[in-house]
Amino acid sequence: MKTKLTALAVTTALVAPAAMAQEMTIVSWGGAYSKSQLKAYHEPYTAKTGVSIINDDSSAEAVAKLRAMNEAGNVTWDVVDVVAADAMRLCDEGLAMEIDPDTMLAAAPDGTSAADDFGDLLVSECFIPQIVYSTTFGYRTDLVGDTPPTKICDVFDTAAYPGKRSLEKRPINNMEWALLCDGVAKEDVYDVLATPEGQDQALAKLDTIKDDVIWWSAGADTPQLLADGEVIMGSTYNGRLFSVIEEQKQPVAMLWDAQVFDLDGWIIPAGLSEERQKQALDYIMFATDTQRLADQAKYISYGPARKSSAPLVGKHADLGIDMAPHMPTDPNNAKNTFLYNYEFWADYRDDIDAKFQAWLAK
Amino acid sequence: MAALTPISRKPMSLVLPTVAAAGGFFGLFVGTANGSGLLGVLIGAALAVVLALVYVSVLKNEALSKWINIALFGVLGYVFGGGIAPAIIGLVYGWFIHWFTYWLYEGRYRARLLPYLTPGQVLWHYSFRVICGAIFTFLITPILVVMPLSFNAQDFFTFTPEMLRLDPAGYSLKHYQDFFTNNEWQRSFKNSLIIAPIATVISVSLGTLAAIGLSQSHVPGRRAIMAVMISPMIVPLIISATGMFFFYSQIGNWMEGTLGFNKTFVGYVKVVLAHAVLGIPFVIITVTATLVGFDRSLTRAAANMGANPVTTFFRVQMPLILPGVISGGLFAFITSFDEVVVVLFVGSASQKTLPWQMFTGLREQISPTILAVATILVAISILLLATVEMLRRRSERLRGMSPS
Repeated sequence: MKTKLTALAVTTALVAPAAMAQEMTIVSWGGAYSKSQLKAYHEPYTAKTGVSIINDDSSAEAVAKLRAMNEAGNVTWDVVDVVAADAMRLCDEGLAMEIDPDTMLAAAPDGTSAADDFGDLLVSECFIPQIVYSTTFGYRTDLVGDTPPTKICDVFDTAAYPGKRSLEKRPINNMEWALLCDGVAKEDVYDVLATPEGQDQALAKLDTIKDDVIWWSAGADTPQLLADGEVIMGSTYNGRLFSVIEEQKQPVAMLWDAQVFDLDGWIIPAGLSEERQKQALDYIMFATDTQRLADQAKYISYGPARKSSAPLVGKHADLGIDMAPHMPTDPNNAKNTFLYNYEFWADYRDDIDAKFQAWLAK
Repeated sequence: MAALTPISRKPMSLVLPTVAAAGGFFGLFVGTANGSGLLGVLIGAALAVVLALVYVSVLKNEALSKWINIALFGVLGYVFGGGIAPAIIGLVYGWFIHWFTYWLYEGRYRARLLPYLTPGQVLWHYSFRVICGAIFTFLITPILVVMPLSFNAQDFFTFTPEMLRLDPAGYSLKHYQDFFTNNEWQRSFKNSLIIAPIATVISVSLGTLAAIGLSQSHVPGRRAIMAVMISPMIVPLIISATGMFFFYSQIGNWMEGTLGFNKTFVGYVKVVLAHAVLGIPFVIITVTATLVGFDRSLTRAAANMGANPVTTFFRVQMPLILPGVISGGLFAFITSFDEVVVVLFVGSASQKTLPWQMFTGLREQISPTILAVATILVAISILLLATVEMLRRRSERLRGMSPS
């Protein structure tokens, strides 16, 4: 009994100091991405306000968890980092609160309103965009021969580039790339993909390389496979490839052709107490202003979502290299980009997912 | 008994196929690593047979051929493997295959066995040992592989060429440094050290009481009660976790809202209680098992001498069932310390435990810090179990229970 009492006393002693300071829980993706947010947003915010921030790396299951929390009446998260598609779902289900960009977000330094500064990237009423990232390919420079791949269709060319490739274990992006390389024009891709024949066409194209594909499900898989030399090329988020190439110094290079842009940003869960909601909004106001978004690019190669942040992007905090050429939005990298169609995938995702999984199992 | 068995030379018809099988088995691994398993098997078998024939029939000098063989495979390993590590493997293999050849040829394998065993029994005697060795290898290797990787100088789960050459530049302690300096890892380590011991104390107290109560023959429906108490061990964890999530959410809301406790404190209470529930079945099972051997007349004797039930419990019953209580407590501790599913559901980020951090770390960022942590945990577990075992032996010795 004595030990139990001591143990309880110890816990209380450990818990008590945390109770004094204000705290908020911010959910994100973990890894290098969370680290960039810690450096660019959390640390300055804590220094300014004294609010301590706890990281929860649960963004991957944010939608499911928010649903469960909402049902249990116990929302423990204050601000959540999600991709745009998830933000739309959460907004539709009433699990995220609506944001008015003009009153709740900071204006640009030159006075441009937040709504104009973010422009088209405000894809949902609940979503505050933070970065533009792209899903693209990296290849092992030492394993692809003398003529490195330059086109997305080189991924499908197993004769010229024999070896394994890694692709994400879901239809999104893969189906589009397959159609592009099967002769479908860029502007027609989603029209074709809407028809069952088009879906079969894409799967038939993927069938030609199926034996050479290793499927990944976590963003860290492709970097690991590339570093191991288990694959000669693979798709992943461009920031991960930047880290493999520039920070880890692996023999890997970028294949920017037909990179697919997507957005990532914040939502505030619905149903917070008034006090916590005020706190969350205060954080959002701070963390999404022009300077803070530009600061994040010092730590990871994702493009800031505000137009006014772009000129402020500087050098990498540790390596001292210019970050602008590593942004997916840099003109040299963005010669041929592909726009991810949210509405299309919102409508067709379940059907195509089922078809894709059945094809995988064949 | 052992040395009495006469040994004699065996015909080559027995030696050669067996040596070929061993050589082929080793060749399979070398061949697979170099692209063709089948070719490896053939070359390995052929090499072993030819060398065996040369040594036994032509050279006829065991000591000399031993050194020739070791040197030969060492050089082969160095030339074809390209490094110190393959050369060492070559040396070891060279010694082994030579020893194996002569062990068979001279019939030494029978030397330590009873003279009347049939060939079948001899074969089984050695197969049994090989099978046991293989099981042991498959259990231990995954743990051992992790350890050198945790000293990797790169941020990937990869044996780099530098590491395979045993080049010091390929090794570093930076992942250990990361574990000890990184806030996230330190916080989750601290959380695990808070949650696991408290949960263990609760499960041990409640589990022991339950086991003692349920061992009384007059308790009605004790089998049904037992089944309910054990159920957290049997029900799939994900299902109990979902149930616990909703159950403890309500309790947590009530504690925060009505009783006015701090949010973080309530979070710890929820996780500790959930883990205690998971640990209780282990304590009940181990304590029940020790109670089977407990002599009831001792409690009656104690009562006869005027001891009240509480004194009897602590002075008579507890010391005797202590081994069961301790091993149950160890299981409860490990359950809580290793648990990831329930804490993911019930806990919030301020209660992030070590397994949770490892789980997200593995999924979002494959960082060898996880391997460094795993190595540290393995070391701690070995120390912990060794200490408990030593204490147990010491107390047995003190109580005169073991002959030594």
